[in-house]
Amino acid sequence: MAVINLNVNGKKQAVDVDPQTPMLWVLREHLNLVGTKYGCGIAACGACTIHLEGMAVRSCQLPVSSAENKAITTIEGLSENGDHPVQKAWLEHDVPQCGYCQSGQIMTAVALLHDNPNPTDAEIESAMHGNICRCGTYLRIRAAVKTAAKSQSL
Amino acid sequence: MTLEKTTINRRSFLKVSALAGGGMMLSFSWLAGCKPTPDGVLALPKAWFELNSYIKIGENGIVTLMAPNPEFGSNVKTSLPMILADELDIDWKNVIVAQADFFPERFERQFTGGSQSIRQGWKILRTAGATARQMLINATAQAWSVPAEEITTADGILHHESSGKKAGYGEMASRAAGVPIPEEVQLKKVSDFKIIGTSRKNVDGVNIVTGKPLFGMDYTQQGMLIAMIAHPPAFGLKVKSVEDAAARSMPGIKDVFTIKTLSDDYERNGFDTTTFTELVVVVGSTTWEVMNAKKALKIEWEEISDSDIIVQGWGGKQTVKIPAGLESTTGHKAKMAEMAKRPANVLRKDGDPEGAFKKAAKILERTYSAPYLAHNTMEPVNCFAHVTAEKAEIFGPIQAPEFIVQSLSARLGLPKEKIHIKLARMGGGFGQRAYGHHMVEAAVISQKINAPVKMVYTREDDMTYGIYRPTYVATYKAALDNDNNLIGFQVRGGGIPEHPVHANRFPAGAVENYLAEGWQLDSNITIGAFRAPRSNFIAGAEQSFLDEVAELAGKDPIEFRLELLERARNNPVGSNNDYDADRYAGVLKLVKEKSKWLETQADVYRGVSAYFCHNSYVAEVLDIVIKNNNPVVQKVYAAVDCGIVVNPDAATNMGEGGIVDGIGNALYGEMTFQNGVPEKNNFDKYRMIRHSEAPKSIEIHFVQSETDPTGLGEPLFPPVFAALANALYKAKNKRLYDQPFVSGVTIDLKT
Ligand code: FES
Ligand code: FES
Repeated sequence: MAVINLNVNGKKQAVDVDPQTPMLWVLREHLNLVGTKYGCGIAACGACTIHLEGMAVRSCQLPVSSAENKAITTIEGLSENGDHPVQKAWLEHDVPQCGYCQSGQIMTAVALLHDNPNPTDAEIESAMHGNICRCGTYLRIRAAVKTAAKSQSL
Repeated sequence: MTLEKTTINRRSFLKVSALAGGGMMLSFSWLAGCKPTPDGVLALPKAWFELNSYIKIGENGIVTLMAPNPEFGSNVKTSLPMILADELDIDWKNVIVAQADFFPERFERQFTGGSQSIRQGWKILRTAGATARQMLINATAQAWSVPAEEITTADGILHHESSGKKAGYGEMASRAAGVPIPEEVQLKKVSDFKIIGTSRKNVDGVNIVTGKPLFGMDYTQQGMLIAMIAHPPAFGLKVKSVEDAAARSMPGIKDVFTIKTLSDDYERNGFDTTTFTELVVVVGSTTWEVMNAKKALKIEWEEISDSDIIVQGWGGKQTVKIPAGLESTTGHKAKMAEMAKRPANVLRKDGDPEGAFKKAAKILERTYSAPYLAHNTMEPVNCFAHVTAEKAEIFGPIQAPEFIVQSLSARLGLPKEKIHIKLARMGGGFGQRAYGHHMVEAAVISQKINAPVKMVYTREDDMTYGIYRPTYVATYKAALDNDNNLIGFQVRGGGIPEHPVHANRFPAGAVENYLAEGWQLDSNITIGAFRAPRSNFIAGAEQSFLDEVAELAGKDPIEFRLELLERARNNPVGSNNDYDADRYAGVLKLVKEKSKWLETQADVYRGVSAYFCHNSYVAEVLDIVIKNNNPVVQKVYAAVDCGIVVNPDAATNMGEGGIVDGIGNALYGEMTFQNGVPEKNNFDKYRMIRHSEAPKSIEIHFVQSETDPTGLGEPLFPPVFAALANALYKAKNKRLYDQPFVSGVTIDLKT
């Protein structure tokens, strides 16, 4: 066990855990931020996507120790009430079916739009490749990313 | 206007209390934070007045509608309350939707599956809404001393025209809760619907995009422990011995033990499928600690012996054989090829099929196969349970709580009334979550450790647990005469452990000489419902075969099907045909028109398919283009006849999902076995469709209809397998018979 200082959604806090614990479980069970989901545990599904210093990463493969003092953003940190442009676009297109994959999809999309404010279809598809949706909402996700891109450029 | 007796859902009118401020339905405080608050309405009412199980009205006019069925992504949490709201005649913006607990004394049919939620909820919910509206009218008539017939309603306002009196539902709610329940109520005319047929956003949309706790996985409470299970690594094995000293000494670990979930002689129902009744359990404080300790277990396994289980099915008690042995895919294939050659059980026979094949001018025979499929819901199996001597509290993903409550009761030794099942939003269901083994497992663990516990499967536990879509094979044979008329048709289908043939479906009824046969083989690999059971294979086989028959007959594939349907309509063969030929033809004509079927485009390869299942009709046209030598699904058109569409945009979303999911499973879906071991255990090995492989666009057209609504979660899924195969044939000039298509030798879609 070790005390690790974290900076999650702009809030500084310390946790006392095994330093190897994946960030996913620290978020979900120690910080009570359950928007970040467990889907595979091996970086193959994208459900656990968060931002580490603005980059989309799979939190199931990120030991908490390597995130010490780095800026972490989770789905809960995007906005208070769902009014981040990407969340708004998701609502406009009523994207979710079961909803389980959607935090991860949104976090990947936000990072994509940060790096590339005007992505083409192919760029969206390639950036989102690691996020599985068994419900098959891919078309709506693509449309929502484009809507968000437009609204961000306004 | 239909007069409806309220007796059909009398039990819905049992009241917990007329003044249900903090009654049963609001007892689950953990979810309070997730309840959607209607747009633009700040104040919750001071008091709620319950008019029936589904409807409570606040003194300020805010209405709480209960979503009776568990939500797994088909959007029933929004669409079922829409039906209530329309008959109640309220403004949707004043509605709060709350998820009902499993409560069979108060709610009818709390089951999500078989595409039946809307179809079977339709009358019940309309009646509940209309009855509450009538009670408001009757109470108002008394208060104003005017005849009830003179009172009209609109958007939650009661109005008496001649006196000019007006009142909101909220003002009359307390009186309405006290008036007698009318014996009969009038339901709206379809043309008077204001909410049904309009697109309404998912009531949990904001909660989902902001990451609020909604799922079983997200549940937590004070003092809750985490449990994980270890199940045998192979079908055909069971626990022999456990060496747990290392695991026990690891940080955070509270206990390690073995549980038996169902006794061997327990009479199960059809949804008690439990692959492994004996499990090794690790309990600790956090998931990561328990996961690590689980890896430190040393478990010895041994082979099971032959056994029988007793299953109470719809057709009475059945004995199901569970053979010993470690099965492999190669062994399955060899056995199935052998079985496919032999005559099987005759399921239906019309005319003289043998004679027709003797005199045929042309005969076509083709065999189709498909592997086992894993459900792979994005949320792995999990469940919370807190069992005490007095009661059991259960919260988790479950499509069919009514099918597991008996087993919980029997296993825990608690009467059914003491078992409270709360319905979590499910991170996917697809049939897998109709099997509630995880609820029993979590409850047994909680009872054993005497503490609240959340049991969590790893992805690997989930993918290798079983309850798969069965593996199937089907051989089709068609006879054409000299004029290219289809004079004989045969299907012989089999599978492990069930066959996929629906003997009375199309083209039964359209061919003079028809034979359907089925066979099956026992196995210890468990199977279960998977989005459109059996149809999910047989539609692809049948509709691929008909494409090839049409080609042999020199006919356009749509015209060929329409000709057959014309025959089935005008002069059906046999009396027991499971479809309406007009509605079937209707979707084919609609997709033909919308896809501009007759206008060929250069470099676009198209396939068509149509299927009827789960009470709805679907025809699909799928367009492929070739990019960098790879086939790309450019567009899919679907024509759907599911009667009235309650929530069109949500229905479209689910239809798109069914198509994407179907393409994914047709191309990549496959579980294989080696000595009983499932060879894929996570998404690095089990290929799922991803963003770039989804169609570039999908157009879904609903047949305008006033027919009562039918299912939608499943019917768009089965036909796409054949639409894809038929389009790939056009693109690559090679027919595909064996799923998954991507492993076919000449088609390489791998990127
Ligand atoms: S849980 Fe991290 S990528 Fe799947
Ligand atoms: S919405 Fe269900 S997995 Fe994506």
